[in-house]
Amino acid sequence: MRIPILKLHEYLLITIQVELDDQTALQFQEDLLSKIHDTGAKGVVIDLTSVDMIDSFIAKVLGDVVRMSKLMGAQVVLTGIQPAVAITLIDLGISMREVPTALDLEQGLDKLRLELEG
Amino acid sequence: MDIQSCVEVRNEWDIVSARQLGRNMAKELGFGNVDQARITTAISELARNIYLYAGNGKICIQPIDQLGKKGLKIIALDSGPGIRDIRRVMEDGYTTSGGLGAGLPGVKRLMDEFSIESTVDVGTEINATKWLR
Repeated sequence: MRIPILKLHEYLLITIQVELDDQTALQFQEDLLSKIHDTGAKGVVIDLTSVDMIDSFIAKVLGDVVRMSKLMGAQVVLTGIQPAVAITLIDLGISMREVPTALDLEQGLDKLRLELEG
Repeated sequence: MDIQSCVEVRNEWDIVSARQLGRNMAKELGFGNVDQARITTAISELARNIYLYAGNGKICIQPIDQLGKKGLKIIALDSGPGIRDIRRVMEDGYTTSGGLGAGLPGVKRLMDEFSIESTVDVGTEINATKWLR
């Protein structure tokens, strides 16, 4: 399974709407980095509104892809983390402290724009 | 009412099957959104531990009813290498896999009751229960 990555001007938009298995998550990591490379995107929003569970593995993959993208010069924001997911992640002991987040897609794009232009 | 449903865990996709089973059963029993996420995540962590450390085993999920107190019990069974130092794996931040799996302390926090029994070279059984509030 592949997660579609959309290009919008200098941004890439991803909305994860499938149950993430390990392979899909790792494939997504590679796909996103190639897409950043090919498009020269400066900002990426990964929207998690439809994701109802994030376990430690998916959290690690997401945290890693944020750091990998940064190495390539692209800023990533995670948006739409559901209340139940936020509660569960903190229970698990995963704070994702260095990962930029925003409430929704709109605020995520605002955040990227501020950081890239400001 | 102790009909157990089990999922064999041999590969990464079985982890997804185990947590889907858990979510469906939790929903059916009337658990709220947040507890459904807790149960599903706990199952995912336990199933991943089986896949990573034991190679194969199974996750069983069982509705429980103790004198009207309802809940859901997760049983994670494997016949892997066992855990040499249980006290150590229950410490936050302890890992032998380089950070895959938040580990058992996380699972314990997600659930209401947690017990672990392990014999080296025989296997491990973990029981974790969430009560319906």
